[in-house]
Amino acid sequence: MTMAEGDLAVTELHFVRTETLAPRPAPMAMTGALGWLRANLLSTPFNIALTILIALLFAWAIPELLKFLIIDAVWTGADRDACREVVQHREIGACWPFVWERWSYFVYGSYPIPERWRVDVFFALLALGVGWMLWLNAPRRDLGSVYFFVVLPISSFILLSGWRAIGLAPVDTALWGGMLVTIVVASVGIVCSLPFGILLALGRRSRMPAVRLFSVIFIEFVRGVPLVTVLFMASVMLPLFVPEEYSPDKLVRALVGIALFASAYMAEVVRAGLQAIPKGQFEGAMAVGLGYWQMMRLIILPQALKITIPNIVNTYIGLFKDTTLVFIVGIFDFLRTVEVARIDPKWATPVTSTTGYAVAAIFYLIFCYGMSRYARAMEARLAKGDRR
Amino acid sequence: MPTDLPAGSPPARVAFYNDPKVRSIAYQVTLCAVVGFLVFAAARNAIVNLERAHIASGFGFWQHTAGFDISQTLIPFDSATSSYGRAFWVGLLNTLLVAGLGIVFATILGFIVGIARLSTNWLVAKAASGYVETIRNIPLLLQLLFWYNAVLKALPAIRESFVIPGGIYLNNRGLFIPQPIFQHGFGWVLIALVVGIVAAVVYYAWARRRQEQTGEQAPVFLVGLALVIGLPLVVLALAGFPLSFAYPKAGRFNIEGGVEVLPEFAALLFGLTIYTAAFIAEVVRAGISAVSRGQTEAAYSLGMKPGPTLRLIVVPQAMRVIIPPLTSQYLNLTKNSSLAVAIGYPDLVQVFTGTVLNQTGQAVEVVAITMAVYLTISLVTSLGMNIYNSRIALVER
Repeated sequence: MTMAEGDLAVTELHFVRTETLAPRPAPMAMTGALGWLRANLLSTPFNIALTILIALLFAWAIPELLKFLIIDAVWTGADRDACREVVQHREIGACWPFVWERWSYFVYGSYPIPERWRVDVFFALLALGVGWMLWLNAPRRDLGSVYFFVVLPISSFILLSGWRAIGLAPVDTALWGGMLVTIVVASVGIVCSLPFGILLALGRRSRMPAVRLFSVIFIEFVRGVPLVTVLFMASVMLPLFVPEEYSPDKLVRALVGIALFASAYMAEVVRAGLQAIPKGQFEGAMAVGLGYWQMMRLIILPQALKITIPNIVNTYIGLFKDTTLVFIVGIFDFLRTVEVARIDPKWATPVTSTTGYAVAAIFYLIFCYGMSRYARAMEARLAKGDRR
Repeated sequence: MPTDLPAGSPPARVAFYNDPKVRSIAYQVTLCAVVGFLVFAAARNAIVNLERAHIASGFGFWQHTAGFDISQTLIPFDSATSSYGRAFWVGLLNTLLVAGLGIVFATILGFIVGIARLSTNWLVAKAASGYVETIRNIPLLLQLLFWYNAVLKALPAIRESFVIPGGIYLNNRGLFIPQPIFQHGFGWVLIALVVGIVAAVVYYAWARRRQEQTGEQAPVFLVGLALVIGLPLVVLALAGFPLSFAYPKAGRFNIEGGVEVLPEFAALLFGLTIYTAAFIAEVVRAGISAVSRGQTEAAYSLGMKPGPTLRLIVVPQAMRVIIPPLTSQYLNLTKNSSLAVAIGYPDLVQVFTGTVLNQTGQAVEVVAITMAVYLTISLVTSLGMNIYNSRIALVER
């Protein structure tokens, strides 16, 4: 009874709106470009100050950079006079004719000119291999890995260093240089570090104490010292450790150093992947009767390597940057050729050094940034499998 | 063949070469034999090769007179009388100097950039990520060469050097700054500094205990600042400023007096700081991102401002994630300081593995000593890291 009275009272005393009002548009200052500016650039006084500061920095740096690289740059010329302020009577930016003239030196080093087609063929073979490995939907990727890890190294070695029997004149490695050497050193590091790294990682997790001990000593030793000292060791101590008649040449010594160094780092990356595999996978593999190598090859490594791919690529980026260190033990890698060309009196101007370094920076930036983008794309693609 | 064996029957006999234990021992013996043989062969070849080249072995060279000059020495070094051993210590101290300063500066810059990458300010975040992406993808050696050859060596000569107010000169021979000269009575200032630091630590402990008991906060930062900086300044004034500066004087060909900062040192410090800061920024960003967003939201809903939230809630939790990779960046910086050899800064590698090795030819001993130094630094750091990690590790329920 009281209920009904109450209900009645409510309906009589209160007006309840039955339809909703149309929403008002959001305030001008919160939406669109203005709102974005307010939220992202000008939210607090401190942010306003920061925005102004950074904007000023960009406003100064970007025009300066463009002026140096393009507007004030010299594009043609025969020698240093083209790039000298005192001769040209204007502000001088980058000295590009220096780069044009020295480009073939940057690419091939002192590789004999009639034989340079062999380097080009090597680049093409390598590009094919890299493309095959990186393109995940490529046909016959199993053949691709055989090509990349077996056929390519052997054929490149024959092609580049020469083999009398098939009519390729031998070329001393002392003549190799430039991007060729950088790419050879990086490729050897990449091709060697993965298998050796996997073996070392397995050794470190092995149940056999001797195997574990040797792996740990090697990995921790190499990771604990700078690459420069590893390279010094390879270049001054390696010749002592082998009989004189087998003494390896300079490039091979550096390659040994790089391969050892990269393997130790790769081993730690792979080990992290192995540790992430649940114990049940090992037990399951053993329960169905697989032996150690079958278990690793068919069950564990495919999963462990899959989750480590981004880190493997990051290690490769580090390796690619580290190839510059062979410079210190006297090998003419790309950076060293730039360094040699920059002090050539023919092109001695105040801007030559900066131009040379800019070219080198762009070269390394393209390669390393490309690799890191690939790693990120890979990560996104692999993450799809884990999303349910 | 019957597969159902009666219960309790002995296990099937396995050929001895299929027994895992036997196999494991066989593998290990083989491995040891191979490694042992390699070491033996290497040693024998080394002895033969060294004898043929008439190179002495052993560490006798440590006492021999070095006979070369070093451009930057933190301890007295004289080319005519000092030994190779002395040169080693000079190089090691130079390495530690550049690494120590590099670590301090790279940490400051790295934390700023790392936090900037997460800023809500779009421009700041983009600028920070542009910095990180560019610097991380250019080899350190190239950056060092750029700073040294294209920037510092391109500065004007001594006669046209930049003069910075305060008696500072900058030219292609380096940076010349006034040298402080401590006179009689400066010891009191040092004592005041020590007293100030001790008092600040005691005050911090007291303030913390009081806060835990009563919740009252004390102005720890201001009081600490007054104790550590103010007290020595007051003592300095009371003692009648027992401190003067030797200003560098520019001559025609040289600058006399003052402290000289070598361009090699500046380039190395600059390059290492900028390069490592990019990596530290990534470490910091990852650490801060690892703290769940709920923590920040909870702090805001308790009414905390963004600053204290970052300082009291986010950073302490992020540190747990940040510290291990941060340490490995510090180690990387220390190891990367060996690139000094490319620009001629007299660090351990340049002095010892470079000049000393060339003069004595004793590659095995010199490289072994150098590697042992870096290994010791690495192992000590990772030992400290493990202790720290076990202290700070999250205690799960």
